[in-house]
Amino acid sequence: MLSSALEVSSRRSAVAERWAGHSRYLAYWEAAVTLGLVLCTVVTVLTTLGIVAVLGVETVAFFSQAKIGIGEFLFGTALKPDATSPRFGVLPLMWGTFLIAAGSSAIALPIGLFSAIYLSEYAPRRLRSVLKPTLELLAGIPTIVYGYLALVLITPILKQIFEPFGLRVERFNALSACIVVGVMIIPLVSSLSEDVLSAVPRGLREAAYGLGATRFEVSTRVVLPAGLSGVCASFILAVSRAVGETMAVVMAAGMVPKITLNPLTSIETMTTYMVQVISGDASYGEPKYLSLFAVGLTLFAVTLCLNLISNLVLRRFREVYH
Amino acid sequence: MADDRRDFRSNRWLRRVLGACFGGVCLVATFLGVLVLALLLWSVVAAAMPSAPMGATGPSLSVRVRDLFHLLGELISRINASDADAAGYRVGLVSSLWLLALVAVTGIPVGIAAGVYLEEYAPTGRIRHLVQTNIANLAGVPSIVYGILGLALFVRGYGIKALALGPVLISGVLTLSLLILPIIVITTQESLRAVPQSLRQAALALGATRWQVVRDHVLPSAFPGILTGTILGLSRAIGETAPLLMVGAAGSLDRPPRTPLDRYSALPIEIYNYAHEPGAEFRVVVAGGILILVALLLTMNSVAIVIRHRYRRSA
Repeated sequence: MLSSALEVSSRRSAVAERWAGHSRYLAYWEAAVTLGLVLCTVVTVLTTLGIVAVLGVETVAFFSQAKIGIGEFLFGTALKPDATSPRFGVLPLMWGTFLIAAGSSAIALPIGLFSAIYLSEYAPRRLRSVLKPTLELLAGIPTIVYGYLALVLITPILKQIFEPFGLRVERFNALSACIVVGVMIIPLVSSLSEDVLSAVPRGLREAAYGLGATRFEVSTRVVLPAGLSGVCASFILAVSRAVGETMAVVMAAGMVPKITLNPLTSIETMTTYMVQVISGDASYGEPKYLSLFAVGLTLFAVTLCLNLISNLVLRRFREVYH
Repeated sequence: MADDRRDFRSNRWLRRVLGACFGGVCLVATFLGVLVLALLLWSVVAAAMPSAPMGATGPSLSVRVRDLFHLLGELISRINASDADAAGYRVGLVSSLWLLALVAVTGIPVGIAAGVYLEEYAPTGRIRHLVQTNIANLAGVPSIVYGILGLALFVRGYGIKALALGPVLISGVLTLSLLILPIIVITTQESLRAVPQSLRQAALALGATRWQVVRDHVLPSAFPGILTGTILGLSRAIGETAPLLMVGAAGSLDRPPRTPLDRYSALPIEIYNYAHEPGAEFRVVVAGGILILVALLLTMNSVAIVIRHRYRRSA
């Protein structure tokens, strides 16, 4: 009797022991997993720090190697890295980048916005469920394909259009790059804007329709103002994407750094310059090679500013509906 | 009174016409995108097809399609060459598959883990907000900047000889992993957010630990969303050219990499390289390469999009 009671209690304690052991094991496991997840999250922070550190350190090295000031770098109008007394003015690259960004935005922003309005306000549900994935597919096409198309499809068409008027179209020209980059960022604008427009509450639309507004008036005077912050944010993101675009511009716009208003000639953007330097024969430590990092830092700063502004616009000017 | 009514009526007509025009413009704008996609595919296919004269004298369509597949088969099996008749993409394709596989085992788990931490574990507060903002910004950093990071960090080892990997496959893998990290984190977070809170509460109430809840309940029901993000991230990695140019992927390599420490190439890099070759005969090679790349990416992306839309409908 006593022994069996003892046996039961000892068995119980054994069970309890096992459970306790298991929960201790679970606690260790839990801590280990949490640590692992934290480390993975830290990688994302380290990436940013790494970018800033790499670009910062090498840019300082560039300025001390090339013996030029920041003012001369940012506002110099001549970029001649191969000359005997090399000049590193980044302004032509900035201008080229601006030209591409402005030209492609002029194409992509209106088309993207109109198609966002169509998708959210006009399209029947069935059509929309086909169109949206198709536009998403367009966003997945790699940029080198767009560059190739600019070269073999767009530039010949431009030649046929402009050469009869006596305008010379160079084999590499800014306009073809603007067109393909514009086409490339349409899906970005339309999909982000459409998300915002669709999120505008139905009640607003129905109230306007109830007052006798046409669909056009509801779209442009009710829905669009309500989603304006999101639309602007998507515009800025698209511009930032165009600024950072590399391969399409490398293949279409050429590598001639100059400040020009003629989009039928070859120009050079910041990204193109970076590809040019890395493809060239400059070795590490030369001012030309180090200028890669200085231009990279400029590019990073520009896109970072655009992204932050986009974030700010989205948060500051958002209309909140409940 | 009568005047007012006439004004109103004429105005209404104008409003309707304006509305119809606007609707038309929006419709055209939307279909422009689809049209471009079609034009794009058509022009690449046309360039890759053996040139046929206009009119009925050319070979029939079925013959030309067969020739096209024959050409693609040849391009896949041949290695890089400076002669257009012998040039192909085997090295690039094998390298791209290496990149795909290795990015899938390095970049994807880290991204998913970071997403899980931020969504399920991290206490809300300043630090989480900062990390979140940082990830949103990383997603907007141009890919070529990641290339520079990879160049300085992995290829050159930050100037330390012992850490420098050189322009080898693993440098490209790590660079691309960092590049797609924000995409993976953001899509993981979105799909975790869509998992109903009651699921977590029920599991916690039965005594499951946090990790058990995540592993056994939250992750499985967020799986389709995470898979979509993973495929989209991987297809982005496959299509990238600029960062790989920076970290030294070779344009003309005569044998595919065998280990992660070998020199490597990539499909888009080889296409870029061939596009520089003078001579019209390379046009067919370039168009064929583009066709292979686009087919690969469109397949991956459509799988991802189908998964996402099916998942959304059932959710």
